[in-house]
Amino acid sequence: MNSVTSTQDTAAHESDHGHDSHHAHHGPAKGIKRWLYTTNHKDIGTLYLWFAFIMFLTGGAMAMVIRAELFQPGLQIVEPHFFNQMTTVHGLIMVFGAVMPAFTGLANWMIPMMIGAPDMALPRMNNLSFWILPFAFLILLASLFVEGGGPAFGWTFYAPLSTTYSGDSTALFVFSVHIMGISSIMGAINVIVTIWNMRAPGMTWLKMPLFVWTWLITAFLLIAVMPVLAGAVTMVLTDKFFGTSFFDAAGGGDPVMFQHIFWFFGHPEVYIMILPAFGIISTIVPTFSRKKLFGYTSMVYATVSIAGLSFVVWAHHMFTTGMPVYAELFFMYCTMLISVPTGVKVFNWVATMWRGAISYEVPMLFSLAFIVLFTFGGFSGLMLAITPVDFQYHDTYFVVAHFHYVLVTGAIFSLIAAAYYWLPKWTGVMYDVGLAKLHFLVFTYFR
Amino acid sequence: MSQTEHTEYYVPAQSPWPILGAIALFLIAVGAGTLVAQLGKTGEAGWGKWVLIVGIIAVLFMMIGWFRDQVIESRTGLHSQQLGVSYRQGMSWFIFSEVMFFAAFFGALFYARMISVPWLGGAGNNEMTNVVLWPNFQAMWPLTTTPDGTTTQAMGPMGLPLINTIILVVSSVTVHFAHVGLEQNKRKQLSNMLLLTIVLGCIFLFLQVEEYIHAYRDLGLKLDSGVYGNTFFLLTGFHGMHVTLGTLFLIVMYFRVLKGHFTPDNHFAFQAASWYWHFVDVVWLCLFVFVYVL
Repeated sequence: MNSVTSTQDTAAHESDHGHDSHHAHHGPAKGIKRWLYTTNHKDIGTLYLWFAFIMFLTGGAMAMVIRAELFQPGLQIVEPHFFNQMTTVHGLIMVFGAVMPAFTGLANWMIPMMIGAPDMALPRMNNLSFWILPFAFLILLASLFVEGGGPAFGWTFYAPLSTTYSGDSTALFVFSVHIMGISSIMGAINVIVTIWNMRAPGMTWLKMPLFVWTWLITAFLLIAVMPVLAGAVTMVLTDKFFGTSFFDAAGGGDPVMFQHIFWFFGHPEVYIMILPAFGIISTIVPTFSRKKLFGYTSMVYATVSIAGLSFVVWAHHMFTTGMPVYAELFFMYCTMLISVPTGVKVFNWVATMWRGAISYEVPMLFSLAFIVLFTFGGFSGLMLAITPVDFQYHDTYFVVAHFHYVLVTGAIFSLIAAAYYWLPKWTGVMYDVGLAKLHFLVFTYFR
Repeated sequence: MSQTEHTEYYVPAQSPWPILGAIALFLIAVGAGTLVAQLGKTGEAGWGKWVLIVGIIAVLFMMIGWFRDQVIESRTGLHSQQLGVSYRQGMSWFIFSEVMFFAAFFGALFYARMISVPWLGGAGNNEMTNVVLWPNFQAMWPLTTTPDGTTTQAMGPMGLPLINTIILVVSSVTVHFAHVGLEQNKRKQLSNMLLLTIVLGCIFLFLQVEEYIHAYRDLGLKLDSGVYGNTFFLLTGFHGMHVTLGTLFLIVMYFRVLKGHFTPDNHFAFQAASWYWHFVDVVWLCLFVFVYVL
C-alpha cells in the first residue's frame, strides 16, 4: 500500500529541490510573524480564544449600552436608531465573534490532542480561517461609523428591514458576513477532515471523546448551513442594491421567504453553538464525579439526532407568519421531538453524577450551573415550541430570556468551564481557585 | 489501519500566504461593499472600485504563491499519502458547501414558484391577499407579469440552453477520459481530452453571454424583472461564475500536464479540478430542468 512514497521520492529528484525542501527544519518565526504565519494548532487555538474573548467584551459593552438604556422607561441615554444598532451588532458579535470562534479555538487546541494527531489536517488553511475573522469584524464595527449608521435590523436581518429600510452600510454588513461564513466553513472542513482522517491507530469512532464527537457533528452542520446564510445575505444585497424582489411581494417574492431561508440556517446554527458545549460538559462531569460517562453511546446518538432534527424545525421561529396549519403542526411536533435527545443528555449527566465521588472544583461548578440553567432554557424552549402558546410569547422578552439562558448560561458557561478545566493543561500554571470561585458566584448570582 | 500508515505525518511549515489572503479578502470585502453602496447612491463607482481591484490582484498573487509552494512541496515528495486523503476529503466537503450555496437559491426558486406566486394569485386561503393587494394579478410560472406590472418574456429551453446542456455533459465525459488517461499513464489522451474540456467550457461561457444578451435585448428579461428574472440570473450567473473558475482551474491543470506534472498515483490537484467540473455539470443539469424546462 505504501509503495506510493517511493514514487514520490523519485519525482522529487526531477524537480528543483532548492531551499524549499529544507523548510521543515526551520523553527517557528519570531515575534509577530510567529502568530501571523503560524500553522501550529495550539497557536491558532490561542488566537481564536483571545479573539473570542476580546469580541465577548466588545459585545458585552454593547449589552451594557442596551441595559443602561432600559434601566427605566422612556428615552434615557441613546437615540432609538443607535439602540437598534447596538442590539444588532451585539447579537452578531456574540454569535459569530464570541461563541463560535471560542468553540473553534477549543477544537483547535483539544481535538488533535484527543485523537492523537500531530496537528489539524490542513494547517495552513487553519491559519487562513482564523486570520480572516478579525478583518470581518473590523468591517462590521467600522460600518457603525459610516454615514447613516451601521446595521440596525436585528442580528436576524429580516427583510424588509434589511432591504427597503436599511442604510448604505448594509453592503459592508453583507460582505463581512460572507467572510465570517468563509471562515466558519474552512474551520469546519478542517475539523471534520482532522477527525475523519487523522485519528491515531486504535482510536475508533466509538472511542472518541464526546467533545470530538460533538464537534464532528457541529462541523457537518456548519458546512451544511453557512452557505445558506451566504445565499440569504446575497439575496438581501441584490434586493437592496440591484432591484431584485426575492423578498418583495410586488415582484412575486415574499418577505416570509427570507425568514424561511434565514432560519434554515438559523436553527442548525443554534445547535452549532450548543453541541460543543454538550461535549465539554460530558468531559468535565465524569472527571469530577470519578465515574465513566453514563450512556456514552446514547450520547453519541442523541447528538446525531439533535443535528438531524435541526434541519426540520426552522419554521418554529415563524409560527406567527401565517403559515398553513399543517405546517405549524409539523414544525411544532418536530420541535418538541428535540427535547427527547436533549433530555437523554441531561439524564445521562445526572446519572453520571449519581453515586459518584463528586468534588466541587471550579469547572465542575460551572458545569453543574450549566446543567441546571440550560435545562431551564430547554424548558422555556419547549413552551415556545407549542404553537398556540407561541402566539402569545412571540417577539416578547420571554424569547430573549429563553435564548440567553441557553446561550449565556449554556454556551458561555460551558466555555468558562472549559477554560478553567484546560487552562492548567495549556499553560502549566494553576489559577487562583479562590478568585475563580468568586467568579463563579458572581456569574451565577447575577446571571 | 496499519501502524506504518501513520508513521509519515506531514505537518507543513509556516507560510506567509494565509495572512496575505486574509488582507486580500479584507480589501475585496471593503471594496465591494463600498462600491455597491456608492453605485446604489450615486450610480457611479467611487474609490471602492480601486480597493476591490487591488484586493482581487492581491488574492490572485496569494493563490499563485500558495499553490506554487504546494506544487513544489508535493513534487519534492514531502506530502504523505495521508495528506492526500485529507486534501481529497477537504475538497469533497468544499463541494458539499457549494451544493448548499446553490440549494439556497434553488430553495428561493421553489418557494417563489410553489408558494409565494400562487398565494399572491389567491391560492389556498389567500383569496383576500389577491383581492386587497393586486386584484388584477394572475398567478403563473414563468412569472412574465409581476404583481406590480413588470412584464418580460420567458427563456425557453430549446436553442442555446439545450446546446449548452449538451456541451457541458460532453465536457464532463471528456474530463473523465482525461482522468482515465492520467491513471493509465496515457499522457497524449490526458492532454488532448483536457484541452477539449477547456475548449468546451469556453464555448459554454461564450454561449452563456450570448444568451444573456438575447435575454436583455430581445426578451426584456432582466435581473430586476420580478422573481423569475431574479432566480434566473442569480442561478445561471452563479453557475457561470463557477464554470469560469472551473475552466481556470482546468487551464492551470493543462499547463501542469504539459510540464509533466502528475503521476497515476499522485494527482490530487487534477482530481479536484475534475470533481469540481463534474459538480458544475450536475448543477447545470438541475438548472436546466428547474429553470428552463419545467
